[in-house]
Amino acid sequence: MVGERNLIYRLARFFIHLLLILAALATLLPFVHLLSLSLSGRAAVQAGAVGIWPVQFTLGNYVYVSRDNLYLRAMMISAARVLLGVMLCLFVVVLTAYPLSQDRLHMPGRTVFKMLLLFGMLFTGGLIPYYLSMRNLGLIDNFAVLIVPQALNIFYVIVMINFFRGIPSELAEAAVIDGASHPQVLWYVYLPVSLPALATIALFSAVQHWNSWFDGILFLTKATMWPVQSLTYQRITLRQIEYIATSGHAWTDVSQITAEGLSAAFVMLVSVPIMLVYPFLQRYFITGLTLGSVKG
Amino acid sequence: MDYSPYKGLRGSPFVGLDIFRQMFTMRETWPIFRNTVVIAVGKIVFGQLANLTFALLVHQVTQPFFKRFVQTLTTLPHFISWVVIGSAMVQLLSTSGGINSLIVGLGGRPIRFLGDVKVFPWTLILSETWKEFGFGSIIYLAALTAINPELYEAAAVDGAGPLARLLHVTIPGIAPTIILMGCLSLGQILNAGFEQVLVLQNPMVYATGDIIDTYVYRAGILETKYSLATAVGLLKAVVGFALILLSYWLADRLANYRIF
Repeated sequence: MVGERNLIYRLARFFIHLLLILAALATLLPFVHLLSLSLSGRAAVQAGAVGIWPVQFTLGNYVYVSRDNLYLRAMMISAARVLLGVMLCLFVVVLTAYPLSQDRLHMPGRTVFKMLLLFGMLFTGGLIPYYLSMRNLGLIDNFAVLIVPQALNIFYVIVMINFFRGIPSELAEAAVIDGASHPQVLWYVYLPVSLPALATIALFSAVQHWNSWFDGILFLTKATMWPVQSLTYQRITLRQIEYIATSGHAWTDVSQITAEGLSAAFVMLVSVPIMLVYPFLQRYFITGLTLGSVKG
Repeated sequence: MDYSPYKGLRGSPFVGLDIFRQMFTMRETWPIFRNTVVIAVGKIVFGQLANLTFALLVHQVTQPFFKRFVQTLTTLPHFISWVVIGSAMVQLLSTSGGINSLIVGLGGRPIRFLGDVKVFPWTLILSETWKEFGFGSIIYLAALTAINPELYEAAAVDGAGPLARLLHVTIPGIAPTIILMGCLSLGQILNAGFEQVLVLQNPMVYATGDIIDTYVYRAGILETKYSLATAVGLLKAVVGFALILLSYWLADRLANYRIF
């Protein structure tokens, strides 16, 4: 009997490990395939002969990208957007959360504001009113439209309110006794203690900004103003990549470039920052999930 | 067109509930609402099942290195945007792409994942599950690790085998989390995944693949039917709002979950 249980346990263990490896491969293989497509020569790609490894290795697609000024410009716009967007978001979120985390003595109207914010989070007028609002604010074809609407993210505000409320009030009281005003309490007491929460919000916000493409398509009419994801959408999803791949330029050897390979190269380069950064910051993303709720 | 952005609110003729009447008699209205709910419910059910199953499997692993390796890899697609994954999928799922090559190689006929009206909702559901199962399992994993190990030992001492332990210790232990996720997903029934659908859809599959948000985008922005698209969007927002309120109220009652 005991030997039989060991065998079943070992089989079950093996089977579970196998399933998990398959799951991990299932997530990994599409990206590997994409990478191989971007490094494969024309005949192989068009014959559909590219599997996991590149066939007829060529760097032509990446050479093309390195000389594609519009794409490089879009990359820089995305980077600027991440930087400025995260800074603005943190600024706005912290300044909104601090008063709302105070008690009734110091902030009498806080329930009203919380309800207003909550309503704003749960209800939207829809896409068209949003577009028209931005239009009326003069934000069409304006870089600010990429960072301002997303700045007051009410979910992050709620996370910070809960976090601030968890800070022992003795810290703030000690500072007040020493003569600190509200801004000073915020800057010298609350913020240093909140660094983990701020880092998590900054990370989530950065990823959101890097991955945003729809606002660029919607509000910016000129391709020279687009972040890189919007440009990728325009070219790949809207199938313009075929024209680029076959048009050729005097300075690029286009003999090995294919539409599929070029799409894959564009897409790989857009994903690389996230792929590089993510493993090291994984725990911040995971703790962020539990920061936003109050249980019980 | 009744509302003109150039003339603004005061300058455009007031038409009362005409647009709403038009919306309710339009032939596209029912399909987009039906598609939205079908796809969203499919994603919720399939997705939560996949998340839960994956969490249970990962929980069995004891070696920390293997566990972290699998978790890191499977959580990655969540952080990549749908533009990237969508373009990869259009490649992979095309009739001459990677997956169909595999199917043909194994002796089957190619499946038109992106072109067949019956298959497309499943394409949406399964691809979203693929993208999110790693990240979505995290919350179940947290709940699993919170179960007191002494309960397992006590059950084993009482003669419970692995299946009995699963049914009588594990599942009851994470039941609050399952209920919580169920309640919260109620509020998302009208959100069938705008970015994903926009990137993967094409006119051939509008019959089952067009959702409320993509219709609003197409009719409102691309075809400039502002009033109509706003009406549809507003209907979705109002119903969605009611659903979200309901879901948070239920989550508070059934799973003790409050936002603040």
